[in-house]
Amino acid sequence: MAQGIDPIHQFQLHDLAGPWNIAGHEISFTNSALFMGIAVGLITVILLAAAARGALVPGRLQSVGEMWYEFVHNMVQNVLGHEGKAFFPLVFTIFSFVLFANMLGMFPYFFTVTSHVVVTASLAVFVVALVVVVGIAKHGLGWFKLFVPSGVPLVILPFISLIEVISFLSRPVSLGLRLFGNMLAGHIVLKVFAGFVVLLGSMGLGGIIGSIAPLGMAVALTALEFLVAFLQAFVFAILTCVYLNDALHTHH
Amino acid sequence: MSQSTIVVAEATTEAPAEGEAPASGEAGHTTEGTAAEGGHGGFPPMDAHTFPSQIFWLVIFFGLLYLLMSKVALPKMAAVLDKRHKAIEGDLAKASALKHETEAAIQHYEKSLADARANAQGIATETRSKIADEIEAERSALEKTLSSKLAEADSRISATKAKAMQDVHEVAAETAAEIVSELTGHKVSKEHAAKAIAGLKG
Amino acid sequence: MDPLAAKYIGAGIACIGMGGAGIGVGHIFGNFLSGALRNPAAAGAQFTNALIGAALAEGLGIFSLVIALLLLFAA
Repeated sequence: MAQGIDPIHQFQLHDLAGPWNIAGHEISFTNSALFMGIAVGLITVILLAAAARGALVPGRLQSVGEMWYEFVHNMVQNVLGHEGKAFFPLVFTIFSFVLFANMLGMFPYFFTVTSHVVVTASLAVFVVALVVVVGIAKHGLGWFKLFVPSGVPLVILPFISLIEVISFLSRPVSLGLRLFGNMLAGHIVLKVFAGFVVLLGSMGLGGIIGSIAPLGMAVALTALEFLVAFLQAFVFAILTCVYLNDALHTHH
Repeated sequence: MSQSTIVVAEATTEAPAEGEAPASGEAGHTTEGTAAEGGHGGFPPMDAHTFPSQIFWLVIFFGLLYLLMSKVALPKMAAVLDKRHKAIEGDLAKASALKHETEAAIQHYEKSLADARANAQGIATETRSKIADEIEAERSALEKTLSSKLAEADSRISATKAKAMQDVHEVAAETAAEIVSELTGHKVSKEHAAKAIAGLKG
Repeated sequence: MDPLAAKYIGAGIACIGMGGAGIGVGHIFGNFLSGALRNPAAAGAQFTNALIGAALAEGLGIFSLVIALLLLFAA
């Protein structure tokens, strides 16, 4: 079958260098790793170029860099308050990495790093583990009061605590799967509609006319996917802030 | 709609065939695109044996990005923004200082304007009163001369009148003496006649 | 029943959950909009909360999609 129509093929990993092994695990340099590297390089280059001139009246590139910086800065400031300053670089890194990985994925033939569940789940688990570590480092064992809300009758307290624990444990799952699912589903849908165009286009004149509708749909979906790419990066970053807020302020 | 089912079916019919593939095809996966598609676990994102590689490179690149951001890029960006912030604040402070200065100048100007106005008013009233005084003085002088002249004229008139009266008496006495002598033939002296007239007048 | 058919049917049923997520996201933005029209001054500050809510609701729909994909491709 033509690979243009197989919507799954775009998620395929290829070894670009390797295969290398560490302790029996394969760590070959794949296209996924390549695009992670491209994202990291782009982010660094753009930010450094934006900050290089340091003009008082910013040019175009500098404006972009400053908007980007202030966007994340305001987000951290609003959710975490003043104590969140230490986490600003982390949130910025997460936001930029996810945003660039998503956006790079929108280019044809480019690989979408965030469409693999390992990547997003690793980031999510890292965030939630950080929340636990920071919470315990800051409040000691008192941080576990987060799971024991005050002012709840003793009879139902165990159930409430159980629900709180489950909701906390579901955070890394939902955080990782949301990003993964959005990127994966979006790219599959795009590919399916693009596949319709190819399929109909090969059916002669009637098919070509008929393929206008899925083509329009593919264009509209592309626009939607750009929105989703940004929105999911934003959501990932802001949820990171919200979860970190639990570690910093136990307001239950 | 039928296409999508075909697509899904195509993607999945390969799955059973490759179900056993991951175990064997570990080393030889990838390289050629379409053939590799069937080479390992049907659904790449769920293909567990790419996980170590992805996690490994994710950790490396994410850590690298974090270091680059927190140590290089963000401090630079913050410095640029801080510089702008300071410049704007400095300008604002300067502007407010200038504004204060302007306000002071305006106040000063208004004060001197009010002073000048008061001054002018004072001068005007002073001049007015001086002029009024002068006019008054002149008028009084004029009145004085006029009244003195009037008095002089009055006295002259009364003197003239008295003299005229005197003359009238003389003429009357003379005339009376004449008339008496004519009528009676008696020579009446002037003094006599005058006495008689004075007695008549009495 | 044919296991393959059962798999596809299961995947289809799992996708019903996405409809629920759609309803949820629609509710969130609909209510946000009606609130925003009543008090436009406060709307800007709450847009982030609306997005968080939408993301949380959507996440549950994505779970069912992932289940469907797992059934289709991985099981």
